[in-house]
Amino acid sequence: MEHMNTDTQYDLLDEPLAPKRTRLEEFWRLFRKNRLAIAGMVFFILFFVLAIAGFGLTRGNNPVLDPALVRLQDKLRPPLAKPNLERLQPHEIPKLGVYIFGTDDLGRDVFARMLQGSWVSLTVGFVAVGIAVLIGIFLGGIAGYYGSRHIRIGQLLAVTFLIIGAFLVISKLIWAGVAFLICGCGCIFISLRIKKTTKGTPRSAASRLWYFKTISIDTVVMRFVDIMLCFPSFFLILTVVALLPASIYNIMIVIGLTSWMGTTRFVRAEFLSLREQDFVAAARALGLNNFRIIFRHMIPNAVAPVLVSATIGIASAILTEAGLSFLGFGVPPPHATWGNILSDGKRFIFDAPWLTFVPGIAILIVVLSFNLFGEGLRDVLNPKLRERS
Amino acid sequence: MISFIGRSIVQKIITLFFVSIVSFLIIHLAPGEPSQVDPLNPKFTREMVERFRAEFHLDKPLYRQYLYFYRDLFSGKTISWKDNQPVFKKIWERFLNSLPLFIVGTILTWTISFPVGIRSAIFRGGIYDRSSTFFSYLLISIPGFFFAYILIIFVVNQFQVPVIGMETFGMGDTTWLNRAMDRIWHLVLPSLLGATAGIAVLSRYVRSQMLEVEGQDYVRTAKAKGLAPDQVHYKHALRNALLPFVTMFGLILPGLIGGSVIIESIFAWPGMGRMAYEAILARDYPIILTLNFVSAVLVLIGTFISDLLYLVVDPRIRL
Repeated sequence: MEHMNTDTQYDLLDEPLAPKRTRLEEFWRLFRKNRLAIAGMVFFILFFVLAIAGFGLTRGNNPVLDPALVRLQDKLRPPLAKPNLERLQPHEIPKLGVYIFGTDDLGRDVFARMLQGSWVSLTVGFVAVGIAVLIGIFLGGIAGYYGSRHIRIGQLLAVTFLIIGAFLVISKLIWAGVAFLICGCGCIFISLRIKKTTKGTPRSAASRLWYFKTISIDTVVMRFVDIMLCFPSFFLILTVVALLPASIYNIMIVIGLTSWMGTTRFVRAEFLSLREQDFVAAARALGLNNFRIIFRHMIPNAVAPVLVSATIGIASAILTEAGLSFLGFGVPPPHATWGNILSDGKRFIFDAPWLTFVPGIAILIVVLSFNLFGEGLRDVLNPKLRERS
Repeated sequence: MISFIGRSIVQKIITLFFVSIVSFLIIHLAPGEPSQVDPLNPKFTREMVERFRAEFHLDKPLYRQYLYFYRDLFSGKTISWKDNQPVFKKIWERFLNSLPLFIVGTILTWTISFPVGIRSAIFRGGIYDRSSTFFSYLLISIPGFFFAYILIIFVVNQFQVPVIGMETFGMGDTTWLNRAMDRIWHLVLPSLLGATAGIAVLSRYVRSQMLEVEGQDYVRTAKAKGLAPDQVHYKHALRNALLPFVTMFGLILPGLIGGSVIIESIFAWPGMGRMAYEAILARDYPIILTLNFVSAVLVLIGTFISDLLYLVVDPRIRL
């Protein structure tokens, strides 16, 4: 009885205060107004479903739609052409009964190849951006949260020794390298000893020198970002992909490893402003540890701009992958990607324009929808813009 | 001011040093060696491979290779592994080919995107604004190579002009006017393609910058005191919106060397991008590393210039 009473009391208190809208509802209300972004989202979901369906339909030894089946009798048929039933072997007859997007110069079904390629585009986009976002959040978080801390001489020495040692070992000077590695480990050991004996407050001159502050962590991370920004990105990706053995995983990793700089800057800027805010101070005053403050309180608040840049990043990763496939790098030949369907088709551009236009328009639509969706998200998630409109 | 210049030069030299290390490591730690680029070639016997390795210091430890390479680079003696030509000479030849593309592309970008962006900011929310927004997203999203083929088909079918390459082969004894027109026709498509993404991005940026300024109080004051709309937009708003773009002049510098790999290889344009592509295929490390180094230098000089320009045009900034 008493329990119910308090409940109704709460209801009475709560009711007139604010309309009960969760964050998601509020987001949706604003997002719905942007028609381009809605269109982007619809295509985004459609692409997602198609790619997953494509993965299911084209994989395995005996797929429903075989992207690699060569039918030389049926080469270069235009879109919506019926297969040449009397000249095909029974197992060669396409299951759909029609070539929706036509066939290419080897008589392979372009529709099946497009489906297979859509899975490649999807995974490349998401995995590459996933890698970039993880690195970006990690480095940006460190630079934003621990940025004002300084690296001590001891730590610097240890890292330098370890790096030089590893470098020498790689360049086949094993003994000198191992010596440097041992020096590095020794530095770590000395640091631990000093910490243990002095409990963090150094007294003697030697240990004070060991604790001498050099550069801040923020400087290190941001200079690293500057260094990475000096590389021309497509050229760098092309170089690395060309040197590595051809595989789709290498492409994902390389694109991810060369596109995290923007996210790092965003996250650092967000963290720098968030850590001065009251709720973080309150969390710290409550005695929460840094780990919990970062993951429970700061990252959820910093994730909006990251989400936006990730959506647009997926678009550019898909474009980069298509460009690489077009140049003939990356995914090895029998496997179809949108880029290499287009690049194979360019020789028949006047006889079989669908080989160029189908993948080209598909890439255009998907990238456009990701861009529109991302921009729509940015408009909704950015409170500064929201007030104005 | 002087201390800022000194500090930033020192900082940039340190950055450059690390860039040189990182790019060297990326190239040399990747699996495979340039001496193994063509293992099926019967002329590539074991002794040949050894000679090749010794000739280009590939048998030395990595840090020695690094020192050798950058010593040669700074004394200008780096030679290509493929044909023993000096790298700087090769790059310079290709650079001269890419230069017209870059110049025309930059002029197109800056002359088109400003009117488009300003107009769509002034008529915010109108049909012009919305359609230009959509078109700029379309231009950002379209894959360059696909767009290139659409334009090639269109131009070749409509105007019957040759577009591939730098000039039509065998134009030997025509008048200079014919040759100039031929060069211009060959130049139009690749530079337009090079400019598309730039136009789309820059016009969006102009628009948002203009919108920001148009919302300021002094613009409202200017409107309120009855100035003609043209005066308000172009004299009061635009001049202040231009500030960030002055600094962007520094940032277009890296584009000089980038060249577009894809567009230059579609149009068979013998420029920097194509040279980079060929060097990558041939594993011609000196060219790859030199290109990388030069473009890093240009990026750093570009940011330096843009910082300086900021200082000059905005008296509020003191570094």
